Order: sequence, then structure tokens, then C-alpha cells
Amino acid sequence: MRVPLSWLREYVDLPADLDTDALEKAFVRVGLEVEEIQDLRETVTGPLVVGRVSSIEELTGFKKPIRYCLVDVGNAEPQGIVCGARNFAEGDLVVVSLPGAVLPGGFEIAARSTYGHVSNGMICSARELGLGDDHSGIIVLPPDTDAAPGVDARPVVGLDEVVVELAITPDRGYCLSMRGVARELSHSLGVAYRDPAAAVLPLTSEEPGYPIKVEDPAGCDRFTAVAVRGTDPIAESPAWMKRRLTLAGIRSISLPVDITNYLMLELGQPMHAFDLGRISGELVVRRARPGERLTTLDGADRKLDPEDLVIADATGVISLAAVMGGANTEVSVGTVDLLFEAAHWDPVTVARTARRHKLPSEASKRFERGVDPQLTPVAIARAAALLTEYGGGTVDERVTDVYAVAPPAPIAMPADLPARTAGVDYPGERVVELLTEVGCAVERDDDRLLVTPPTWRPDLTDPADLAEEVIRLDGYDKVPTELPVAPPGRGLTATQRRRRTVGRTLAEAGYVETVNYPFVGQETLDALGIPADDPRRQAVRLRNPISEEEPELRTTLLPPLLATLRRNIGRGHRDVALYEIAMVFHPTSAQGTPPSMGVDRRPDDEDLVRANAFVPDQPWHVAAVLAGEIEPAGWWGGGRAGDWSDAIEAARLVVAAAGHTAEVRAAAYAPWHPGRGAEILVDGTVVGHAGELHPQACAALDLPRRTAAMEINLDAVPLPGVTDAPPISGFPPALIDVALVVDRATPAASVESALVDGAGELLEGVRLFDVYTGEQLGSGRKSLAYKLTFRAPDRTLTVEEAVAARDAAVALAAERVGATLRGA
Amino acid sequence: MSYRNDPYDPKQVALLDQAALDEAVTAAEKAFADAGDLDALASIKHLHLGDRAPVSLARREIGALPPHAKSDAGKRVNAARTAVSAAFDARHAQLVADRERRVLLEETVDVTLPTTRRPRGARHPLTTVMERISDLFVGMGYEVAEGPEVELDWYNFDALNISKDHPARSMMDTFYVDPAERELVLRTHTSPVQARTMLTRKPPIYIVCPGRVYRTDELDATHTPVFHQVEGLVVDKGITMAHLKGTIDHFAKTMLGEDVRTRWRPSYFPFTEPSAEFDVWFPQHRDGPRWVEWGGCGMVNPRVLVACGIDPDEYSGFAFGIGIERALQFRHGAADMRDMVEGDVRFSRAFGMEV
Repeated sequence: MRVPLSWLREYVDLPADLDTDALEKAFVRVGLEVEEIQDLRETVTGPLVVGRVSSIEELTGFKKPIRYCLVDVGNAEPQGIVCGARNFAEGDLVVVSLPGAVLPGGFEIAARSTYGHVSNGMICSARELGLGDDHSGIIVLPPDTDAAPGVDARPVVGLDEVVVELAITPDRGYCLSMRGVARELSHSLGVAYRDPAAAVLPLTSEEPGYPIKVEDPAGCDRFTAVAVRGTDPIAESPAWMKRRLTLAGIRSISLPVDITNYLMLELGQPMHAFDLGRISGELVVRRARPGERLTTLDGADRKLDPEDLVIADATGVISLAAVMGGANTEVSVGTVDLLFEAAHWDPVTVARTARRHKLPSEASKRFERGVDPQLTPVAIARAAALLTEYGGGTVDERVTDVYAVAPPAPIAMPADLPARTAGVDYPGERVVELLTEVGCAVERDDDRLLVTPPTWRPDLTDPADLAEEVIRLDGYDKVPTELPVAPPGRGLTATQRRRRTVGRTLAEAGYVETVNYPFVGQETLDALGIPADDPRRQAVRLRNPISEEEPELRTTLLPPLLATLRRNIGRGHRDVALYEIAMVFHPTSAQGTPPSMGVDRRPDDEDLVRANAFVPDQPWHVAAVLAGEIEPAGWWGGGRAGDWSDAIEAARLVVAAAGHTAEVRAAAYAPWHPGRGAEILVDGTVVGHAGELHPQACAALDLPRRTAAMEINLDAVPLPGVTDAPPISGFPPALIDVALVVDRATPAASVESALVDGAGELLEGVRLFDVYTGEQLGSGRKSLAYKLTFRAPDRTLTVEEAVAARDAAVALAAERVGATLRGA
Repeated sequence: MSYRNDPYDPKQVALLDQAALDEAVTAAEKAFADAGDLDALASIKHLHLGDRAPVSLARREIGALPPHAKSDAGKRVNAARTAVSAAFDARHAQLVADRERRVLLEETVDVTLPTTRRPRGARHPLTTVMERISDLFVGMGYEVAEGPEVELDWYNFDALNISKDHPARSMMDTFYVDPAERELVLRTHTSPVQARTMLTRKPPIYIVCPGRVYRTDELDATHTPVFHQVEGLVVDKGITMAHLKGTIDHFAKTMLGEDVRTRWRPSYFPFTEPSAEFDVWFPQHRDGPRWVEWGGCGMVNPRVLVACGIDPDEYSGFAFGIGIERALQFRHGAADMRDMVEGDVRFSRAFGMEV
């Protein structure tokens, strides 16, 4: 909402010396957000004057038609100026920037030779002066402009103005008008306010004018119209009106249309002007019928919905009510007789129609937010008066006013509600005073107030709304500060603590956290080689994704994380290790639609459960990816390329940080390398995967070969129980090395678990310190060398005891995996 | 010359002569001092402390002395031997120390060489800022509540007094889930967590809800379709705007420093009434001290309490929310939103493990 300050001053006595800073504060204090304050006096510096074109010489022989004009700028001799525009004639008043002037964008005006003449200045267009986008021609001032050649042109074109751009919150529909903004500013500054709506005698008549039938009073509770006949079809809008429209950001079109737009800005009442000659028969306000269509003012042919409110005449629908008029009944260049309409429409219907047709208009924006239903006869009266004043014609004595408006309902409010809400002790009289200032009628009955809001405040419906008005107008800055004391809390939950520990662990292990968008497409899953029937293909899909290529939500963290890995590599980072902890999304099988739950009370538990069944499963995952060297080369020696084992170690770290020990098992699972991928288990349940990525996946995603990755479903890892403290024995350990020869395909984990199970309670630790393959073992064999540590809690072990335990361990390994002692 | 039965005359036993003893001591001291290293010292040790050393030979003579002379001679010989031994020990200690010094000197390295055999990782500042805020409130007795990112329309809107046709709904630029009849959206704010909490817990409620939220903005320097918020909610008996103000002031001072101030502007959110936006006066701003928009807040709209089964006549509450990206922008001078989402390792690394 663009608000020219001079316009506002008509309705509110702003202090003459109000500076920009104080102005902004005044708006902000009552909740009007200032986006920008434009001081147009600063947009053009140097001489900018009114000029009268005394002669035009058409210059020919150039690529485009050019004029050499002599312009009277109040000097003895007229100024010679070259101009490319053609929309003016001798005798017209124009705006001239003289040498020394600087236009917006730092454009300096100087005398210069061009097209064989010396041009001493420039005749300006609106755009060149920063007054709007119009660059179709230069500004031609209306003939009645009260300015002689040579005078400062700034006040004439509105460059003496301050324009405030406000962001209006959806509850303040009435502030989409000068009327409403001026009222708020009067509250803020405590200065006098004159309601422009009160200054006008509403048009009424005993007998209705143009025949109008409202079939749907719920959708339209007021419809007011009056005809004006015999107007001058080429009458121009007055300069002041054009100027204000331009400043407010609205293009001038024709006198009747300008009037409706002007009054919308002044009062907040959207209006429409029909060409009386192009409508026939009774106007009917009703819902659209199935199959009906309408070509709207913007030229679009629209299929109407049976819920849309329309205005129809004998020929059919002529207007999409409250949103946009129809093209075929629009006032146009030749319109002589017209019908002004102002109505009050149901906000919800308007909102739906505007959304359905993707047609948010200035009118729909206001109706959605609520318009004062008492404005229609005022707006009609103002429109008729303005039109006859500037365009002649006669106003029909008969006015149609179909009226079914319910008066605002009174709201009962405890007088101390504002005080209880704010923690400020407002006396009862103060509450009444402030509500009255807003326009409410207040009846006081001891501790109880009965408050009837003004018709322009449909947003005031609850006691809390009234409390807000009191607190806001008294000033938020008067509210004191006090720190509430919370009851003792229980701290972070175990899962919250765990997520932090996991993140910190990976960061300490060299991985860098990234926060990626969850948007993905099936193509990435194709590239990763995920099979067609894999559950990860079942994704939550968006109806309005940012990109059509990525319409789904991730079921695995890898696609976005790998994209980020590639981006890093593309930026010249060769050795990259990344991680992310975030949710993935799996659709539920719930079909149909959730139960409809009201808001007037707590929904039933049963409904809440049924509704929640529609919410996708959203477990927290953690994933890590790495490419290049995990340990760099340096003065200490060569570097080490990251590989499958680093990914598995990352998975083990995560599971350890989550309070468990990971089991690792070979598994072929996309997108991992079939021989270098593992599933990660906790208590026998698969919780994730890790290893080197499949070479084809790397190639398809343009990632370096040997890129490795791991992903774990953190929610699948059970919370650990309470750890029992181990007994710490002070007796010396017995260390025994064993080398076991097994089949090359035997997992080391199986050998180790056999050793552990076989060794019994004396075994304190087992560590694989060497893996050897060589001819002497025979092909297809490998030797695993373990260091076994034995210790007893209560004595020093004898050699015999340790050896016996070792033998038992080896025996079980022999039994389970066919291991033989190397060299035995 | 001595004879067993001769009367004792020390002067006759040259080895026990005090001058001879003194000379032996002096000679030993000199020899030890002349030994340039431990080997040299070891090689001459026997000459002065060994069995054939003068002090050792002198001691042997004592046995032959008459009893009355033994005591005096023994004292003198012992003194001499102790002196020689002490000289040896001193020289030995000195040479050991010299050797240590030399070895340490030889072992000297350039301690300024890089030591990063394993590069450090880092956490994302969005995570650490959210944790820091959570911790601040946990310290005040609040708990951290979380909820789903794909959320039922009812929790994201209806329960928060944003009806189907409310103008605020179209302002939220919502991502909708397909098919429409399932009535699911990507949550546009963390406020649905408030509704979920109120529906499952009885007051008093003191919670903060950090998390990821979504709106259909294109990514540019100041917008991102995926961003983060932290919201706070308190529902208790007798809660007022003064409590809200006190809480936000405390929060701002703890996060940004004791010299920040806050300012409230009346505003509008469907789920709070009254509502305000708040700014902080941030003296450390990289472009100089200024007011910075930080978040929104207000008293929980009684309609929201009713929809969540809490009696608004018995309880009142407040809620507030801030944008985490915004906090990063002005607290840390992260000017471009894209840097927060593109995952370039340089960005997170700059923040390390904590903020």
C-alpha cells in the first residue's frame, strides 16, 4: 500500500515538521509496517521547470522521427530542445529539465549537440522522473494546470511529495485505504481525524433505480448502484487525481475507471463501472451455473465454478463479483451512460474465487480482509459527484440499495482482560477510552464491558481482539518485563542427546556437516541403481515442487548429500568428507482423507489417532560420504585414500555414539559395490549400510571412483540401557598371539566371534593385527593373526590357564569356520 | 720401612701421610675434571677409586697400625676417599647432564610444522545455533519438543486459527503434498509442534521447538525454501505479556550480549493475540549498530487453546519464534543465504564445533 503523505494530511492533522524518522515511528507504533519512505523531493536535483512548447520543427532524414522544439521556460528567449517523443503539440505544457539538473540514476542534463542542433535540456517522461513506468511519451500537463512557464515543476508533477510504502497485515483490511491509515496515524500521534466517509451524504432514494436482484444474500449482503447518463466520453481525469493515482502506483486509464480506483484508495471500497449501454435487463447476483464462462477485463476466458459469485444480466454473466469485471460490459472510450456499482461480498467466497482463478486483484484483496459494509452508498455518492464534476452528465435520482447487512455483534469482555493479558494495570476508564477511540461503542456494567465494534473493523470478533486494541494503543512499550519461572524440566531427551553426540562424533572424525534440501527425483534413484521395486522408490510427492525434476521428498539422505559432495569437488575441494543428520520421508498406507476436525474444542482422541495415520513416517537418518584422501600426505609421509573401510568405520562410530556395538555383515545393496558394501546391524536388526559405492553409481552421478558412503536409520537403533560398570582387575594380563588359516571368503567377524565365544571369561580382548595371503597358504586361503589378551579378576593367570583358554578359542574357530593354526 | 712390633709412627707410613692423601685427592679431582666424556671418566675411575688407587692402598695400611693410631688414620683416609668419590660423582653427573643436553639439542624439531594428519570436520552453524538456543531455554527449565516436517494441514493451519480461507494461508507460500485429499503440507512454521504438545500434555507447558520449515520461495541471497526456526511456547496460570517481554529480553541478552535492547512493533499472527514483531538493537552488527528484525511473538490466541483442549479461562500463554538463518546473518555476518544451504565445506569449517 503506497500512501502519499499529502493525501493523508487531508484526513489527519499531521504535524507540519514531521520528519521521516518520526513518521516511521508513528506508523510502527500502531502496527503498520513501513517498507520504505520515499522522499520524492530528493529524486531530481537542479532546475526542473514547467515549459510551454512554442514551436515544433520535424527533423527528417534520421532513423527515427525527431523533433526540434522551442520551449518557453520563462526566459526572454525560448529554449531549443531536441525530443524523440511525439505525443505533444505546440502550445502544450510540458516538464523540462534544464542543464545542471540530475535525474534519477545520476543522469546529468547538459547542453549538447545532436541531430544538427544544440539541445538545451530535456523534455521529460514520467519514467525519467522516477514517477512510474510510463515511457510511452513525455508528460503533457493538463491544459488547466495552474503553472506558468519557468516555475518549479516539482509540485506540479508530485515531486514535492513523500510516499510511504506500508505492508498491511491481513487483519487490517481497513488500512488498505487512506481512510484507515489516517485513522491509525491519528491514534498514534494523538491528532485530529476527519473521516472522509462521514463528509459525504450517502445517496439514497425511496424508489430503486436500475433493477437489481440479489439471489444470494449470504454471498452479497449489500449491493448499491446508481446510473449516470450523458457524460463526456473523452473527459480527462483531473491532474490531481492522476497524480495521486500515479503516486499510489495505479495507472490512469479513463475518468470513470480512475474514479473507482481513486475511491478504492480513499475509502477502501472497491467499485465497478459498467457501460449502461452494454448491459441489458435486470442485474442478478448469484452463484455461477455449471458450464458458464466469462472473459474478464484482463482478456482471459475463464470457466466458472458453481461456488463463484457472479453478476449476470439478461445475456449471462457479466462480472466475476468482487474479483474482476467482464470485458464485454467494461466502460470504454465511447461510454456515455454508465452504472456505478459498490457492493459488500462474503470474504470467504471472494478468497476462494480469487485463489481458484489465480486472480488476486486489488478488489479481492480488500474484500477478503473485510470492507466496511456501510461504505457502498457513500462511495456511490462520491463517484457520481466526481464524474459529473469532471465529465458532466446527470445522476439518476433513483439509487438501488439491496441491503441485508447484519449489524456488528456486541462482544462481552471482562474489563480487566487487557490488564490480565498485558500485566499492566489499566484503569477501567482507560480501557473504555481506548476502545471508544478505535470506534467501538462501549457499555460498561461494572466489571463487564459490552463492546460493539465499528463497521469498518470486522476483524474485532473476540475479547482477545479488543484486549489487543487496548494494549496496542496504550503502547507495547508500556508493558513491563518479568521472567516467568518454569517448573523443573527434564533436560534433553535421550534421542536429542544422542543426535548431538552422533553429530559431534562424525565432526571429530573429520566429517563436515551439511544441511541439504530434501527434494529429489526418481532419476537420481535410477542413477544410484536402486531397483524399481525398492521401498525407497515410494516417496512423498509434492503438488507444487520448486523444480519439476525434483518433486519428491527423500527416502534416503544420499541423493542430496552426494550432490553436495559433487558440488564441493566441482569447487576444487579434492578430499571431501561430509555428513548430514535429518529426516527422511516414507508415505503411509492410509487411504482417503483424514477425519475432519473442528477447532471449537479439542478433537476426539480417536480422530487424532486416525488423522495421525496420514502423517508420513519421518525417521531421523544419519549419512556420511567421502571421496579423495581421508588422510592427507604431509611431511610425515604419504596420504591415504578414503575407502570402504572408512565408511564402515563411520557407521561403527555412529552406532557406538548411539550406545551400541555395530555388527557388520557383507551385503549386496544398492547403491553400494556388491563386494564392498556391508549392512550394519544392532542386536541382529539391520539399521543401515556402509561401504564403497557401486562404480556405475559413481559414474552416473559424476563422482570420483571409490567414493564411499554410509547411512543409518538412527530411529532404528534402540536407546541403550544403563551400562554396568566392568570389574577392573589389577592382575597382570597374559598375551598370546594366534594365526589362523581360513578360507578367504570367511568373514573375519565370524572368526573373531568364534574366538571370543571359545575363549571364555578369561578373554579380555582380541585384536586382529595382520591379514596375510600368500602361496604358501594355498590358493583361496588367508591367515588372520590375532593378539589375545587373557586376564583373571582374582589372580595372576598361569601359563597353563592361558594356553588352555587359547586352545579352547582355536578349537571353536576350527569347529565353526574350519580354522587351522598356521604352521600347525 | 716398618716392622710389626715397631712402635707406631705415622710418619713412617708414607701412604698414610696426610700430604700424600691430599695429593691423591687433588690428583683425582684433576683427572676427573680432565675426563672429557663419560667414557674417559669411566676409564680412569679405577685409578682413583679402584683397589690399587692411593686411597685404597692407604686404607689397607690402617690394619697394621697400633690401635691408638687406627682411629685417626681411618678418619683421614675415609675423608680422602669420600672426597675422591664425591669428585667422581659430581663430574659424572655433570657429564650425564651434558650428554642429555646434547641429545635433546640433537632431537630438536620444528614444532611449527603442520600436525593435521587427520583433517578436522565441523558441525553446521544452523545446528549449533539451534542447540545453543535450546540449551539456553533448557537451562531455564524448558523442554525441547519436536514434530514431523510433513504435517497435517489441521496442525499447521486450522489448530492455529488459520482457517481454510484465511488470507494468512496464501501468505505462507505452502508446499502441498500429493494427493490433495490427504491434507498434508510441508510445515510452514514450527508452530504445529506447539499444537501437538498442547494436545498431549497438560499445562504448565514450557517448551522450545527448533526445526526445519518450508515455504515456496526460490533460493537467492535472502530467501531459501528450506529454513530453520526456533519457537517457544509457555502455557501456565497467570502468564502475561510482561512474562513474554522478560523472556525475550533475557533470550536476546544471553544470545547477543548484555548491551542489546529489544523493541516491539504491533503485528498480526492468527495464532497470537495480541501479536508483535520484535527487533534487537545490535551494536556489533558488521554494518554498524542498528535495529535488526528478529522474530515474532504474542499471547497465545484463546481460540488456539480451545482447539487444543486447554481452558482459556484458567490458562494463558505466550509464544515466540525466530529465524535461525536470520540469526546467522546478523550475529555472524553470513550475508548470503546460499552459503548456508550449498554445503561448501569452507562454510561449516569456519564455525567448527560450537558457535
